[in-house]
Amino acid sequence: MEPFTVLTAIAAPMPEPNIDTDMIIRIERLRDLEPHQLGPYAFENRRYRPDGSETPDFVLNREPYRRARIILAGPNFACGSSREAAVWALRGFGVRSVIAPSFGPIFVNNCYQNGLLPVVLPEAAVRALIEEVEAAAGRAEVTVDLRECTVIAPSGGRWRFEIDALRREALLKGLDDVALTLSREAEIAAHEARDRAARAWLYPATATG
Amino acid sequence: MRPGRSLFDKIWDAHVVAELGGGHSLMHVTRHLMHDGDGVPLQRLTARGLKVRSPELTFATLDHTVSTEPGRTPATASAFAARLALIRARAAAAGIRLFDIGEPGQGIVHVIGPELGLSLPGSLIVCGDSHTCTHGGLGAVAFGIGASEVLHVLATQCLVQRKPRRMRVRFEGRRAAGVTAKDMILHLIGRIGAAGGVGYAVEFAGAAVRALQIEERLTLCNLSIEMGAKIGLVAPDETTFEYLAGRPYAPAGAAWEAALRYWRGLPSDEDAVFDREVEIDAGAIAPQITWGTSPEQVVAVDQRVPDPAAEPDPARRQAIEAALDYMGLQPGAPIAGTPVDWVFIGSCANSRISDLRAAAAVARGRRVAEGVHAWVVPGSEAVKRQAEAEGLDRVFKDAGFEWREPGCSMCLAMNGDRVPRGQRSVSTTNRNFVGRQGPGARTHLASPAMAAAAAISGRIADVRRL
Ligand code: SF4
Repeated sequence: MEPFTVLTAIAAPMPEPNIDTDMIIRIERLRDLEPHQLGPYAFENRRYRPDGSETPDFVLNREPYRRARIILAGPNFACGSSREAAVWALRGFGVRSVIAPSFGPIFVNNCYQNGLLPVVLPEAAVRALIEEVEAAAGRAEVTVDLRECTVIAPSGGRWRFEIDALRREALLKGLDDVALTLSREAEIAAHEARDRAARAWLYPATATG
Repeated sequence: MRPGRSLFDKIWDAHVVAELGGGHSLMHVTRHLMHDGDGVPLQRLTARGLKVRSPELTFATLDHTVSTEPGRTPATASAFAARLALIRARAAAAGIRLFDIGEPGQGIVHVIGPELGLSLPGSLIVCGDSHTCTHGGLGAVAFGIGASEVLHVLATQCLVQRKPRRMRVRFEGRRAAGVTAKDMILHLIGRIGAAGGVGYAVEFAGAAVRALQIEERLTLCNLSIEMGAKIGLVAPDETTFEYLAGRPYAPAGAAWEAALRYWRGLPSDEDAVFDREVEIDAGAIAPQITWGTSPEQVVAVDQRVPDPAAEPDPARRQAIEAALDYMGLQPGAPIAGTPVDWVFIGSCANSRISDLRAAAAVARGRRVAEGVHAWVVPGSEAVKRQAEAEGLDRVFKDAGFEWREPGCSMCLAMNGDRVPRGQRSVSTTNRNFVGRQGPGARTHLASPAMAAAAAISGRIADVRRL
């Protein structure tokens, strides 16, 4: 996994609330495409007309937002379906961080598995960032510093954000959960043995169905 | 003295393998349910040289991509043949029981888990699908995960999770006639919003929840994710035990007795503390129908769609305008009377036998309106067989509905079952997102009885007036 430390980049405003993962990546694209092929299909319904041409006024089709690495999003960003392809599509487009007042809960965990940093800031802070970015026609860059847990606006305004220590460490180092958990097999086995003794009814001996 | 613990705390704590710091725990998973999208994580697991750690706690079925065409064969929906072959082969190699087409046990993963007795009170259930919260209706902690987490569970039977905060929603009073669990949950989402449950595990309680049958509780919990809560649950009680007794994978004999003793200790303690409490008067809820493109955009069927001019927040006003535009609705118009083209009765929200009975009760002796396509897709092979044994398939067919094979179907339109562009559907599903039922499709969420009423009337109709 690619580590995340500090990112200074173009930030695209998408203040609409409740942008869902169906909107980020259409289900049809999950059939034949590999994770690394999804970038061109991120926000497909918004980015392209039915005839395949670009929708000129959609934010990610406009300069400089075509090069956005950060999204400044509305509340409940990436709610809905658990599809991890939403994260893959954003990563494929080039996005490494999304700043929003709140996120869909499964999306957040999917981000951590793929080196994408979800940052929760109060709605007023996200709005202030959007105003600054828009006042500079998008050319003013926003910084997300995971080492300092700080977002820095183009004007120098700073907001601290909260992130769980464990998730921060893993992102900074680009670590994968699986390897860490495998190293705890002895604890897992001990827990399972205790649980099997205490709640034997929960463990089907063999499939009888 | 130890403070009182909630239902959620008791189940969560029983599954903690280790505290990892920073609010995170390593959680043991006692049921892992899989579907036809999960062949890829199984393949990636093998590619990494890893094995499925606990195949005996892992169960699979086929639902998202399978054809629901009457008389389907393995060749129908052939676009997904490779995907189905992959999960079949990988599950067999790993020793995972897979319920295949044509056998009882096949169906929408959130329908078959409860039906087989796989989903038990006090268990921790995960599945690579966001509506896993459904299983909470039996008193389990159940939540959806992403593909990387699926791989993690396959390899370790564990997950790294942060404990959510606790919310309790109490539905007090009694539901009026014609009001279902679907209306209760849509009403709640309308009230607290699509992000109202973010960060919480939500316990549904109160007299009106106690009075619900299990299938209704599953519907209630199914839409927890639509208010941003990964987890929704209802305390197990006698209704739960009665539902589970004798199911294929439910404990039996002495194990059943031991389970009962454990389950009776699960309900929240009197002095359990919740981070947020919401109370709803169930008696004041009317049949609901969504008008927009988020489940929070919902009204009672006798109300009007909103006027964006009345919304002070610019982002929300734009969202309302965009939703009305997409849905082809006029600001301030009454929702009832809106003509419909499609009706879809199915999905993990509402495709169980009681849902089909409710829809059939409305359809019996009536006809689907001219020009309306109405589908009934049972949630599982077992539901289908039961419905046919009761003659519900005949009721639907006589009324002009199409009676189909079990699967997710038009709920997400992945298998090719879709609502055509610009057409309007009343659906018993859980998501009215833009394009969810097909590019350009317009979805109104409602209960099975309301959906059947729309099919008969040819327009959105108040089932209480039919
Ligand atoms: S029925 Fe719909 S919501 Fe339920 S699992 Fe299938 S696609 Fe998802």
